[in-house]
Amino acid sequence: MAQLASALVTMILGVLGCAVYFYGSNILLDKIFPTKNRPAQQVASNLRIANSIRPWLFLGPAVLLLTFYLFYPVIDSIRLSFFDRSGEEFVGLSNYTWLFGSDEFFESFRNNMLWLIVVPTAATFFGLIIATMTDRIWWGNIAKSLIFMPMAISFIGASVIWKFIYDYRSGGDAQIGLLNAIVVFFGGEPQNWITIPFWNNFFLMIILVWIQTGFAMVILSAALRGIPDETIEAAVLDGANGLQIFFKIMVPQIWGTIAVVWTTITILVLKVFDIVLAMTNGQWDTQVLANQMFDWMFRGGGDFGRGAVIAIVIMVLVIPIMVWNIKRANAEMEGR
Amino acid sequence: MADVKLTHVKKIYSNKVEVLKDINLDIKQGEFIVFVGPSGCGKSTLLRMISGLEEISSGTLEIDGQVVNDIPPALRGIAMVFQSYALYPHMSVYDNMAFSLQIAKVSKADIDQQVRKAADMLQLTPYLDRLPKALSGGQRQRVAIGRAIVRRPKVFLFDEPLSNLDAALRVATRMEIANLKDSMPDSTMIYVTHDQVEAMTLADRIVLLSAGNIEQVGSPLELYEHPANVFVAKFIGSPAMNIVPCRIEKAGDQTRVALSSSVMVDTPIKTDVAEQSKSAFFGIRPEDMVVVATQEQAFLSGEVSFVESLGEATLLYVKVPGCDDMIIAKQAGTLKTQRGDKVHLSALPEKMHLFDENEQSYTR
Repeated sequence: MAQLASALVTMILGVLGCAVYFYGSNILLDKIFPTKNRPAQQVASNLRIANSIRPWLFLGPAVLLLTFYLFYPVIDSIRLSFFDRSGEEFVGLSNYTWLFGSDEFFESFRNNMLWLIVVPTAATFFGLIIATMTDRIWWGNIAKSLIFMPMAISFIGASVIWKFIYDYRSGGDAQIGLLNAIVVFFGGEPQNWITIPFWNNFFLMIILVWIQTGFAMVILSAALRGIPDETIEAAVLDGANGLQIFFKIMVPQIWGTIAVVWTTITILVLKVFDIVLAMTNGQWDTQVLANQMFDWMFRGGGDFGRGAVIAIVIMVLVIPIMVWNIKRANAEMEGR
Repeated sequence: MADVKLTHVKKIYSNKVEVLKDINLDIKQGEFIVFVGPSGCGKSTLLRMISGLEEISSGTLEIDGQVVNDIPPALRGIAMVFQSYALYPHMSVYDNMAFSLQIAKVSKADIDQQVRKAADMLQLTPYLDRLPKALSGGQRQRVAIGRAIVRRPKVFLFDEPLSNLDAALRVATRMEIANLKDSMPDSTMIYVTHDQVEAMTLADRIVLLSAGNIEQVGSPLELYEHPANVFVAKFIGSPAMNIVPCRIEKAGDQTRVALSSSVMVDTPIKTDVAEQSKSAFFGIRPEDMVVVATQEQAFLSGEVSFVESLGEATLLYVKVPGCDDMIIAKQAGTLKTQRGDKVHLSALPEKMHLFDENEQSYTR
């Protein structure tokens, strides 16, 4: 209860503080560069100066915070990657040579690439199919809401839910896992799904696909609505069948949006961490880069140098996709 | 050949709204038919039903003697040009025109030949590699027409193809469509518009629709000279025909009508004796009115309450005592007449129209 109250107070103070800052700084600016009851020349120059300062005033807090929480960590990560486990002694490239010689890194890297191929493809594909289908049926909106709902669940929450689906009880205990229940119902042997190497990766990926399909569906559904009906009618008159209309007329027209959805999910997947942590913690060959970084940095004694190296690798992988994604999204907004 | 025949065609939406009521129409091969009417009259719906994009609720549609109600649009032998062009934005001009043939698995050589022929006809050859967004409105509309031509349809359907173009381009494209028709005399064309000038200039026959009914079918001049009812009379011609409620004073070979207690007009229109004393509507087109010098020569006199000078013509809005609506007279050239002037108006008797109390025309 006390926690709740303090959280509430913090929130109110924070919002009030923001309001006071913006309002107050604005008034202060007008005081320093007054525009009332002054000669016309001075008013004009004051107005010009105030107008060039004001954006910085308003952006200032955000710029400061971003510098502190984003820019500084990046720089320091790069620095740390050249230092030893405590971050005090310079060790040159030895962290890098360790990383590229370690089997665990290649396992994580391979798994990350698998995630990278499977999750964005599956989520975008299912999103597109569902968006197309639900546009045509009366209960489409209900279906869409249901499919979108996982988006509201945190990755950890989703993992807990799916843990129950993949749950395995040894011995003669009743299987409470949904998947094993189904397998047993059809006369199969129950399996401990998340411990089956290689395939367990896909069982984890399904969780992220389950979450991200809703996102892809919503964005693509909006894009599909933007396609002029006449182009589809013209294609009907031209003799195209349903599949031809979908692949030759509709998909090409929303290609830009598909690419943005795809890359957005790709960036998310490169950083995948929570699901692996909660489901397997990287055991049974499911390690991924982000979880490996967390392991080295904060567990097992904490090796800042090795953790930072892995963080740098993830960043290098994400940046090009990010740049392309932002460019694409901007182009999309400007109407190509 | 490619006749189009509609028999008792109806369109009823699921909410029981009847947008087209019992349409019967016989279109001969090679005719240029224009559906015209105010917005919401069902003309576009009728066109879309012929195309197959809209289902026919009841009645039959025959193309070429074959009932096509349940035949998919692509197999009806029709091609349609949309108001918004409906070009495929991601395809080049060439691919836009070739799409239907590619779907139909026509050989590459044949496609190329047909597309180039159509492009040549529409002066689109230099633009074949461009995307639609790199074309002007007029060029886009020509691509849309080209896309229709390459399919070699029996029937062309045009859905307000000019309404997205500016005035000058509209006239030019209108003439192109007229030329297109001349170069393909065997193709039937059905054209929807709300613009009566397009209807008058392009049509062999006009089908005038209102509120889901056909008001009149006929050649442009037939509709202009012998409108079947008040609606047609007012729709065709600009400014609209003057319609004055009146009473039949004396029926017979010549009918005398009273426009008001003081104004009597003799028309050469024959009415039955039974019509005696019934109320009716007298019609006269503004351009058929003649300004005369004296009251003796005139059948209407009144005060000018408004003058519109258009340069090539002048419109006089005349307030005639006893008539509720203003009478409009259109005179060639410019006039010195000013607001407040008294004018006397006459007209040739054969230009007069008379409609019965149900707004239907008395036959001459």
